[in-house]
Amino acid sequence: MEQTAMTSEGNVLSREPMLSVRQLVKRFGGLTAVNKVDMDVYPGEVVGLVGDNAAGKSTLIKCIAGVHQPEEGEIYFEGRRVHFSHPIEARDAHIETIYQDLALAGNLNVGANIFMGREIKKPFLGGLVKVLDEEFMLQESRKLLEQLKIHIPDFTQEIETLSGGQRQAVAIARAVYWKAKLMIMDEPTNNLGVVEQRQVLDLVRELKSQGVPVILISHTLPDVFAVTDRIVVMHRGRKVTDKKTSETDSQEIVQYMVGALDDNRVDA
Amino acid sequence: MAVAKGSAPQSGEPSKRGDRRRQLVLTLSRVWAWAFLGLLIAFFVITVPLSSNGSVNFLTVRNSQNILMAIVSVLLLGLGQTFVIITAGIDLSVGHMMSLASVVSALVLREVFNAGVPLFPAVAIGLLAALATAALVGFLQGSIIARLKVPAFIVTLGGGFVLRGVALLMSDNSTVIGLPPGVRDYGNESLMYFIPGDSGGLYFFNRPEVSGELVRSMDRILPYPVIIAAIVVILMAFLLRRTAFGRHTYAIGGNQEAALRAGIPVDRHLIQLYMLSASTAAVAGFLSTLRFTAGSAVIGDPLLMSSIAAVIIGGVSLAGGAGSIIGTVIGALIVAVLTTGLVMLNVQAFWQFIVIGIVIIVAVLIDQSRDLIVSRMRSGA
Ligand SMILES: Nc1ncnc2c1ncn2[C@@H]1O[C@H](COP(=O)(O)OP(=O)(O)OP(=O)(O)O)[C@@H](O)[C@H]1O
Ligand SMILES: [Mg+2]
Repeated sequence: MEQTAMTSEGNVLSREPMLSVRQLVKRFGGLTAVNKVDMDVYPGEVVGLVGDNAAGKSTLIKCIAGVHQPEEGEIYFEGRRVHFSHPIEARDAHIETIYQDLALAGNLNVGANIFMGREIKKPFLGGLVKVLDEEFMLQESRKLLEQLKIHIPDFTQEIETLSGGQRQAVAIARAVYWKAKLMIMDEPTNNLGVVEQRQVLDLVRELKSQGVPVILISHTLPDVFAVTDRIVVMHRGRKVTDKKTSETDSQEIVQYMVGALDDNRVDA
Repeated sequence: MAVAKGSAPQSGEPSKRGDRRRQLVLTLSRVWAWAFLGLLIAFFVITVPLSSNGSVNFLTVRNSQNILMAIVSVLLLGLGQTFVIITAGIDLSVGHMMSLASVVSALVLREVFNAGVPLFPAVAIGLLAALATAALVGFLQGSIIARLKVPAFIVTLGGGFVLRGVALLMSDNSTVIGLPPGVRDYGNESLMYFIPGDSGGLYFFNRPEVSGELVRSMDRILPYPVIIAAIVVILMAFLLRRTAFGRHTYAIGGNQEAALRAGIPVDRHLIQLYMLSASTAAVAGFLSTLRFTAGSAVIGDPLLMSSIAAVIIGGVSLAGGAGSIIGTVIGALIVAVLTTGLVMLNVQAFWQFIVIGIVIIVAVLIDQSRDLIVSRMRSGA
């Protein structure tokens, strides 16, 4: 599958952001969950989005993914202004979001999940009706998982009999198959074992090497430092810093997370 | 088990053994309904002659056809219901929908025939009228459930009452009679006829012109309603197993939110399912009109519980996500064999209810323990 022809080196040099968020505001009643946030994501870049509980990370990415509609501000994707009024519209623009458990149907097998909602059909009875092309979908799934180096012994197994890490891998694989141009992951390693967490991080690197930019929300700073190119910290709805991963360390990031440091402080 | 790049550390001997054990549990839980049906039949084959000193047998041609005739309505009510319950919904209105369809098809058939339309087209128009009514009812109920987010239990409970009222109203509080007598043949004749003995034989399509003792010993094999039900079974199994429509049904039952995010038009799909459910019930109502040469506003109501029982014994989970058409067929067979067999053993009616009730609960227990064992094995793996 051709994600993009660019190399990961070239991507970082590319100065046209894939995603631009400008002065985004989202309120819930009296609470301003996201407050005038600016954020850019460049092709092939992994951006870590961190912050304390209730900092507004999930709300921000839900605005990008079409789950919420922001009150103010603009979102540009591939240079064009976008307004997603439904998650499906964001998906149609190839923005894929991975949540911990929301994306898969546990009673269906791997192939059925990867093709959920976009099943491949073939003619039956001389084209009178269309039936599912199980064979094709299974083969494609097998190829895809091999390519992403995901190991699942039995493809006909129902998803709910797989481990959490395997399920997360299937969800990511599906996004890749449908040519994600931006992958958003909200705490994808939550509830996973240590080995499985590492496997998901490997997948993030694999995506990066294929040129797919990733926004990764995580509370585990070592993970964030291990895979990201840039780290954005939020505190009480505001973006407090935006630093190259190579130019900071976890102590500094923690200071931003607790509000002790703030690059955008406006003295009132 | 591992997502591993490279080797999977945990997948050694023990997890393979676990896989095999899990497979065994799954297989057992899949075949239990078949095994139970087989055991039931064996039980009645032995006990029925014993209790009658050999004068009555369970597995005769006639009795097998009686059982098939008996399951037609329950099965048809259960077929659409299977789809609905797979999405974790429920349709409590199918019994009254069957009654309404019986009344509507009888009225339309009678009026159209009296207006001079020949019998066969008149019967076909009766069926279409019943299906159109079902489509409307299913659309209204489904829309309230899917778009206004009122629980299916409430909507179809209330809807059932409304349908019952409308059926009684349209039938003038009773039965629709005055249907052309030829209708009877559609509902009672069969594909084959069998007369035992030297003067008998096997006849296809046309009822042999016989009289007296021979008529009484004549068996009807594969009555038309059974054939129609079988066709609907095949269509529904195809729809559920082989098409994107069926796949979406399972996906919604497995994780409605995920289905929505995957771009499946969940609301529209649910509406279509309630239309489907009403439609298979309408076929049941239509067939009962043919069978009794009359429309009845109360024919379906008593069958609702049995039909839900058949679906559940057949392994459809009320929590959604699991079930199959063949399971519902087996469930309906179990209910019918049990009822017929107990009647032939002269067991009183209240015992039949008690036995069926216990079977329902045991069936669900078996399904649940399967889920428990499978999930335990997973977390243990
Ligand atoms: N749908 C909603 N309705 C009302 N308030 C909401 C809603 N979603 C989020 N909030 C509020 O907005 C604030 C930001 O929540 P958000 O989920 O974005 O935080 P987060 O940074 O993702 O936190 P965590 O790390 O705990 O996931 C919180 O105070 C939360 O209670
Ligand atoms: Mg969050």
